[in-house]
Amino acid sequence: METINHLPFIVGSYAAALIIVGGLVAWIALDFRAQRRALADLELRGQTRRSAGPRQQRPMEEVKEKA
Amino acid sequence: MALTDLANPSRFLSFANRAIPWLGGFTVIVLAFGLNQAMSAPNDYQQGDTVKIMYLHVPSAWLSMLAWAVMSVAALGTLVWRHPLADVAAKAAAPIGAAFALLCLITGSLWGRPEWGTYWVWDARLTSELVLFLLYLGVIALWRTVEDPARAARAAAILTLVGAIDLPIIKFSVVWWNTLHQGSSFGLTGSTIYPTMLIPLLIMAVAFTLLFATLHLAAMRNEILRRRVRTQRLMQASTAN
Repeated sequence: METINHLPFIVGSYAAALIIVGGLVAWIALDFRAQRRALADLELRGQTRRSAGPRQQRPMEEVKEKA
Repeated sequence: MALTDLANPSRFLSFANRAIPWLGGFTVIVLAFGLNQAMSAPNDYQQGDTVKIMYLHVPSAWLSMLAWAVMSVAALGTLVWRHPLADVAAKAAAPIGAAFALLCLITGSLWGRPEWGTYWVWDARLTSELVLFLLYLGVIALWRTVEDPARAARAAAILTLVGAIDLPIIKFSVVWWNTLHQGSSFGLTGSTIYPTMLIPLLIMAVAFTLLFATLHLAAMRNEILRRRVRTQRLMQASTAN
């Protein structure tokens, strides 16, 4: 077998781990922000969960603070 | 709080909100310690420094199988008890398991080139791991194709349980068939790996398991919120009509 410099394979493996795990963490964090924003948006329009019952429309500042 | 209380999505959300920062912080500490131990571990007398890839490859392989095992247990929860949180757990685990399976395949390929002289061979261990990755993609596609979450959950649960057959095939492939991939280094009597390399490997395995737990908890929280958004949008649409 020919002699191969091992460093690119090691660096490549750790770079792949960084990209895949980092991408996964970023995707989950961005998804969380998107869902919270969507819920806050719905609450702004006066839409609440069934269990929470009908509520008055709240001022923008209060909803933003909660989000 | 009893464990059964977590079956309630609202209580689960409250638990997840409190647990994720602590679990995430602990994961970072263990992962940093594990990486430090892996980098300072001695080189293998045959493989040289390429053994450093083992500290990523082996935990990724374990996690890719653990995630499917978690999905299989959740699939039973979906089919037997029809619990919505079981659907949530299964759906949240799939992309994480797929990521670890992909990482296992990439690191294995990069380890194979200097050691075997090739990036890929169609031997039983490599092929069965590739099948697991494709199964993950199939489950993710199924979740995305079927619009109703309850129907999607049942279809995905059946595919998950059928796919669970691949787990013992991956584990015992090196025993049942003649493979280029090495045999198992772990058995009931212990490990064939020297302790100076085994300890960093076990620390990395614990770190990856904690990483999976943190990401799974966070992805489950996202999925519960997504379902709330969906329900509220449907309610909004029905009141508008």
